[in-house]
Formats: sequence, C-alpha cells, structure tokens
Amino acid sequence: MGWSDMRYESPKSTREAVALMAGAKGNAFLLAGGTDLLVRMRGEFIDPDLVVDIKRIPGFQEITRNASGFSIGAGVPCAKLGRNKTLVRAWPGVVEAAQLIGSDQIQGRCTIAGNLCNASPAADSVPALVAAKAKAVIVGPGGTRRTAVENIVTGPGKTSLGKGEIVKAIVLPDRPAKSGDAYLRFIPRSEMDIAVCSAGVSLTLGTGNVVKQARVALGAVAPTVVLVPEAARAIVGTRLDDAALKKLAAACEAACSPIDDKRGTVEYRTEVAGVLARRAATIAFERARRKR
Amino acid sequence: MKGIAVSTTVNGDAVEYVCHGRETLLDVLRNHLGLTGAKEGCGTGDCGACSVTLDGELVCSCLVLGAEVEGRTVETIEGMADGDKLHPLQKRFLDGAALQCGICTPGFLIAAKALLDRNNNPSESEIRYALAGNLCRCTGYDKIVRAVSAAAGDMRRQQKAQARRRATR
Repeated sequence: MGWSDMRYESPKSTREAVALMAGAKGNAFLLAGGTDLLVRMRGEFIDPDLVVDIKRIPGFQEITRNASGFSIGAGVPCAKLGRNKTLVRAWPGVVEAAQLIGSDQIQGRCTIAGNLCNASPAADSVPALVAAKAKAVIVGPGGTRRTAVENIVTGPGKTSLGKGEIVKAIVLPDRPAKSGDAYLRFIPRSEMDIAVCSAGVSLTLGTGNVVKQARVALGAVAPTVVLVPEAARAIVGTRLDDAALKKLAAACEAACSPIDDKRGTVEYRTEVAGVLARRAATIAFERARRKR
Repeated sequence: MKGIAVSTTVNGDAVEYVCHGRETLLDVLRNHLGLTGAKEGCGTGDCGACSVTLDGELVCSCLVLGAEVEGRTVETIEGMADGDKLHPLQKRFLDGAALQCGICTPGFLIAAKALLDRNNNPSESEIRYALAGNLCRCTGYDKIVRAVSAAAGDMRRQQKAQARRRATR
C-alpha cells in the first residue's frame, strides 16, 4: 500500500458520482464524513483504489423541508442536525440519536447516511430512523429509488445497495402534530462509547392521549437493527399504562438475539433492551402529549 | 499517479499544496505546510490532539483527507494568538498550569474555542461534554476545565467592555 496508489474524486453531480462508482475497477468507496472510512483505511482493514467524495454534489450538504417531510443530504454532518431548530422540534429522538455519535469533533463530520451505510448493528442513529419510518433516497445506474431505511442493512458491514448505488438523502416523513420520538442507548460510561444495546420509539397520540400509531426499533441486539411490530402493538390503543409497558418490554426481549461479549452478556443485553424501550416509549409519549 | 493540487485558506492565508490521495489534512499541515501545532495522537479520531476547524466546524484533521480541503477554510492553533497577544484561553491555560507535557494542548485550545464561540458562558458540565473528544493523560482535566471557565469569564468581560466603548463613541 503506497501513498500514491489511491485515486480521489469529488464529482459535482450525482450522475458523475454514480458513473465513477459503477465503472470502478478494484476497491471503490464513498466518502461522506469519513469518520468510519478513514479509520478503516488507517487500520488497513480496507485498501481503496478509489474514494469518491460526495460532499461537493449540490444538495448533499443541505437539510430541506417540504410537504412530505425533511430531507437530510448524505453529506450533512450531525452537528448541523442539532442546530436546525425545526428539525429538532419535529424529530427530537432522531436528532438526539445522531448527536450521540462520537465527540464534537466527530459530530463535525459524521453523517446519518454514513452511519446507516457503515452497517454496524450498534449504529446510534439507525434505530431512531427506523422508528421514524425514514426512507433512503438512492441514486444509481438505474435511476432514483426510495426504500425504507430498514431495507438497507443486511448484516454487519453489509448493505443491499447495488454497484454504483449511492444514498443521496435520508427522508423523515411528515407526521401528525401530536407525535413524539425518543432514542436511548446503554453504554458503560457517560460519553464516547458504542451502544451495548439501544431502543428508538416513535408514536402518535389520538383523542384522549391514546397511542394511535407506534414504531419500536432496537439496536445492537441482532446482526441488524430490528423493527419490533409486536412491541408497537403492545402499546397501540393504550395510554401507556404499566401493563402496556410490560408487554412492550416483553415483546422487545423476545425480539433480541444479541452476541455475548465482554461488553454485555446475552441475558444482560436482552433485559436492558426491554428497559430502554420502556423508557424511550415514556419519553416519546411525554413529548407527544405536550404538543398541540 | 501524480499528486493532487489543492488551493485553500489556512489561518486566513491563501495556501497551495500538492498531496497524495491517502494523505490526511493532519499530514498536510505538519509535513507540507510546517504547521506542527496539531499533533497526531491516535490517528483515528479518538484523542482530539489534531483538532482544527474546517469551515468553522470542529473536526479531527486526521480524519479529513488533504484533497478534501480544496477551497475551504482551515483554522489551526497557529492562528489563535493575535500576533504576540495570546488568546484568553491560551493565557488561562498558562496561568492555571492546565498542561503538563503539552501534546494535547493545541487540540484542547481549538475545541475549547469552538465551544466558547457558540456559548460564552458554559457550565462545568457543558465544558466537560464539549471536551469529551480530547484526551489528556497528565492533568486529570480539572485544571483544563477551570482554565476554560476562567477564559470564558475573561471573554465575556472583554465583550462587555467593547460594547460599552461602542455605546460611548
């Protein structure tokens, strides 16, 4: 591995970027924030022949809002999510999840699209995005398509993206006013760590503060982030009373198939996942209740 | 393969350099531009010793490619003092002995400045969170946190004095 054997490109259009990735011979990687890619290069886990920096493509560094929701460009650093007051008000759980990734220095670079495509089971923003029913906008040789975020990751470090396909943006849908979301993770220290397990909950309340819709997703308890429809069903139609929360936790525990390592045993991760889901649901409920 | 020609702005000066694809901004600063204030501690974004700002955003320069910086604005520790006049943070770090070996200090100063630029009156907890990406193996952090807090006070007083001068002019 020499200094001069890696080609760096910063295309100015998605068409150019797709052509570079689709036509690449050897190891080609996309560069957004680089907080995973450069670490992997440095550790010699990967040896790129080509790196395509997507940050110069118009729109990739922007957060836009239209009738169907928010679109967060694939090059937007997570620090910027926290400074967007409208986004924080609409999706506090997604933003708090994104802002748990690394230090302020990492926040200045890391992106939610990168967090998704890096395909770690412990990615902090992903359970919150799955709970939020977020979609990935993908450009590729075959044109543009949209798919649910949970369809992207297929296993640790693996995605369903085809050759030449690039996640262009993450779209958070518009949702009814009385909605809230939350994300919690467990780490054995107060900052700067990878989730031992985590939970994201998004819900909408109906009349009388009864849960009308809900989505619950768990992180770091399976090869991919898992959406747990049974956990959502446990709280829909309730005011999040204790019995409903117990059922939610039980459904979450049943959905866990974690690894056993020094950071957490199978039993520990499973039980804590249920606890975190309960707490995240309670926070999401309170956030929704306070809205008009 | 030939190198990549980059034109950019470092500490307000227009700068040009040629780098290879794999070289980081930290490599470029230290090896091409002679700016050795930013240090390499870990090289993987964990220690913060290489902190700089890129278009105003706090980043680890070891996790930025030199080629990415084309047309952008970089601020390093070398640009922090105003000629011979130290920045209040630098002064308080010296006065409060908030350093021992000094390797982590440039990174702490850059990260602390990024905090004070957006929050001129941070609590102790806010300071500790903002500096969580900077590791120091000498001081135990207390003196650093106190120095940042004291510098924040100095900067608030300076801002007030400037505002008064403007009002009486």
